[in-house]
Amino acid sequence: MDATTFLVQCLNAVQYGLLLFLVASGLTLIFGAMNIINLAHGSFYMVGAYMAYALAPWVGQYLGGGFFTTLFVGLVLSIALGYVLEWGFFSLLYEREHLQQVLMTYGLILIFEEVRSILVGDDVHGVAAPDWLNGSIALGSLMTYPVYRLFISAVCLLVALGMYLVLARTRLGMAVRAGSVNREMAQSLGVNVNLLYRVVFAAGVALAVLAGMIAAPVSSVYPGMGGQVLIICFVVVVIGGIGSVRGAFVAALLVGFVDTFGKVFFQEAAGVLVYVMMAAILLWRPEGLFRQG
Amino acid sequence: MTRPPMRNTARQTTLALLVVAALAALPLFLGTYEVDLVAKILVLAIFALSLELLVGQTGLVSFGHAAFFGLGAYTTALLLQDPDPRSFWLVLAAAMAMAGLYALPVAALSLRTRGVYFIMVTLAFAQLVYYVFHDTKVAKGSDGIYLTGIPQFSLAGWVPFDITKSLPFYYVALVLLCLVYAFLASLGASRFGRALAGIRANEQRMRAAGYATYPYKIAAFVIAAMLAGLAGFLKATRDGYVNPEMLAWHESGAVLLMIILGGLGRLRGAVIGAFAFVLLQEFFKNDAVFGDFAKRWQLLLGITVIACVLLLPHGLVGLSAQLRRRGNRDG
Repeated sequence: MDATTFLVQCLNAVQYGLLLFLVASGLTLIFGAMNIINLAHGSFYMVGAYMAYALAPWVGQYLGGGFFTTLFVGLVLSIALGYVLEWGFFSLLYEREHLQQVLMTYGLILIFEEVRSILVGDDVHGVAAPDWLNGSIALGSLMTYPVYRLFISAVCLLVALGMYLVLARTRLGMAVRAGSVNREMAQSLGVNVNLLYRVVFAAGVALAVLAGMIAAPVSSVYPGMGGQVLIICFVVVVIGGIGSVRGAFVAALLVGFVDTFGKVFFQEAAGVLVYVMMAAILLWRPEGLFRQG
Repeated sequence: MTRPPMRNTARQTTLALLVVAALAALPLFLGTYEVDLVAKILVLAIFALSLELLVGQTGLVSFGHAAFFGLGAYTTALLLQDPDPRSFWLVLAAAMAMAGLYALPVAALSLRTRGVYFIMVTLAFAQLVYYVFHDTKVAKGSDGIYLTGIPQFSLAGWVPFDITKSLPFYYVALVLLCLVYAFLASLGASRFGRALAGIRANEQRMRAAGYATYPYKIAAFVIAAMLAGLAGFLKATRDGYVNPEMLAWHESGAVLLMIILGGLGRLRGAVIGAFAFVLLQEFFKNDAVFGDFAKRWQLLLGITVIACVLLLPHGLVGLSAQLRRRGNRDG
């Protein structure tokens, strides 16, 4: 493998890893801060991708179109969705055992899939990237790399940075961290935990939807895309340590690199490698790389 | 979740015998389609029972149980690639042995973690098998593989029936389900079973009481895997076809759903759960009842699952106790 191919694969690995981080960070926040196993998190990714497809014509008609307008509308809708879901559904889950949460969120997956099928149908769709991101840049004399993939990495990095700043530097972030360590204590110190959970959940949904929307032009839009991303994101969350956003970041990049280079070097065993890595890491560190608390 | 005292044993045995008799008589009243459907449920009930040993009796939530189901099925398929029939018993033993063999290292490694991490490690080991069958040419990859031969059911040289036919298969599955149920019930009443119950309730205390809990958990895991292999063998025999989706996490999730829906901690919960889950699916897919909406069966199933958890926290087996309590309160 020459240097240019290696560079291209590295860029692919980083882009895939960062995208996974976007979905997994929401999952780990909800898991760590709210103690909820949310199997439906992959569905939010799917909802995002379908929004990118289905909202574009609507936005074109009423708001003059544009990729970023669609993105913005999708984000607003997803925050509303997260807020309503937390209020109407997930708030019922807090007092329940993990296994019951698994069942109920599994039921939610079925509902999401069917509603998606009713609203948009079961076809596979492509989504166009905006024109100005459609080009590619030259790498060396032979290879090119699509600009849009670089754009995905850049967006994800910005979001990651933003999350770090919010969690580490703001009162809200402090409340989130306090709530995840000890819910009762945070509450008695004056944190409105119910509101906090609603905000965390809405943010988690928005992150997954954002990931789905910006991934749509690369991955296309198809039924069942949520299930695929869900399992790999659980792998990321567990490798990183449940509740740790930093852990999810490191783990997502690890998974990105192992998966991408696994496909290059061992085509037949590529699918297995990520899971072998996870098993190895958990046997070495049974609570993940960056367990909180 | 505490067990009630054993005062109802006689009544429960009678009830169990009545249920078995009813299941045995069922094919007299049903068409082929319904018999095949119930046979499919019987197989899933064995699969669910095997997981119940882990989740309900021992408190180990495995999210990769389909791996052993699929391994049993693939072993069956790979042994039956010649047109010549092979012995039913030989293939059955091989399927269970393969599942058990893989379960041994998986149990030894994954039991070092606990809680959610255990759930994920078992999933990882299941995905491993999934990708082996999905991506490599061991058994025709993602297309799946057909059984060209059949397992020949024989007792001391006598071949009473063709196991791949609808009715014989139904009764073989029913007998095997009864055997598995009886085995697990006696296991639960044994010293070994009480130790597992103790591990579920409080592992620290069991260790303090002098039990080396790790080998107990490994034994439970391997037994559960072998029984899942048995279910996989039956499934492959009946379908005549195996594909990697049998090992996928959806399958592990579905069987977990069945036992939670039925009610954890009781063996009959697993059987009831398997019946409820498949029959609900069939019911919602029925276009005579739901018309065009039958295409949207997932929506109704999803809502039902959520409603069941909300209204029946102890599963379907907890329903009667729940009603009794409500009756007492009202009366």
